[in-house]
Amino acid sequence: MDLSSVEEALVEELRDGLPLTPRPYRDIGMRTGLSESAVMAGIARFIERGIMMRGGGVVHRPELGFQANAMVVWDVDDGMIDRIGEWLGEQPGITLSYRCPRREARWPYNLFCMIHGRDRAAVRDRIQELRRTGSLEGVPYSVLFGTRGLYRGAGRRRSLPPGAVR
Amino acid sequence: MPDKGELGSLERRLLDEFQHGFPLVERPFEKLAEAIGTSESEVIDTLADLVARGYVSRVGAVPASCPAGTSVLAALAVSQDRLEAVAMQVNGFDEVDHNHEREHTYNLWFVVTAPESSRADAVIDAIERITGLEALRLPLERAYRIDPGSRSWI
Repeated sequence: MDLSSVEEALVEELRDGLPLTPRPYRDIGMRTGLSESAVMAGIARFIERGIMMRGGGVVHRPELGFQANAMVVWDVDDGMIDRIGEWLGEQPGITLSYRCPRREARWPYNLFCMIHGRDRAAVRDRIQELRRTGSLEGVPYSVLFGTRGLYRGAGRRRSLPPGAVR
Repeated sequence: MPDKGELGSLERRLLDEFQHGFPLVERPFEKLAEAIGTSESEVIDTLADLVARGYVSRVGAVPASCPAGTSVLAALAVSQDRLEAVAMQVNGFDEVDHNHEREHTYNLWFVVTAPESSRADAVIDAIERITGLEALRLPLERAYRIDPGSRSWI
């Protein structure tokens, strides 16, 4: 990440997100000595350069009612994968979207996404909806539901027995 | 006030709108309000509440930084009777995180993160030796969206 000191100050100021005020970019600007439009232009540049992502931070956790999650993997034409990957990443209910290499016979998928939902039926419905709205009906895919077996979770170094509720 | 775990329709619409991209205009909350048919102050109050209840981790564009170094998503195909034991063996490596079960032939998934790819590969080599299983190795090539809460990509 190659940022000027002004850009670094802006990233630091944005660390906890925007203030919930009517003109949040102006308020951020006042803390960093930047104009409102300079703050917006700075964020637009960060997004363009891949340092920040467009979508806001929505959380999907089991205790919030999202009991089911599925990793959905797709075999997308290489010429279209970036566009589809970005599109999937902006869809409600999708928390992750990323690209990995195929491993041919063993694993022919190159696009991965994570979908959360109230239950498995909701997740399945959502997948079919995404296939329709994203024109993905011709794309091979596979759905891998998560079970409760979490052995080492995000940020936790303690292992849990299978079946333990997070 | 909706119960924890239940979202009203305004909240749902706001969260959906939220994911499409946070508006880069002078009054972004007013823009969100227009999109869902309510007032700017209603949006601000509702977002504050969603943040307090944990549905929203942060407001606005989210940092895209992945963990420093190389991240490799890996998977093993483990027989059910060995699954817990193999999971514990995989956990023996500090570089391993997000170790969890999924319903598929490849049923144990985890992420190996190391400063360099040679170290990540060496860890997976060791896991293969210890378990006697061949791992699927899927290095992260490009992240389009990662988890804003944990900054994780898996």
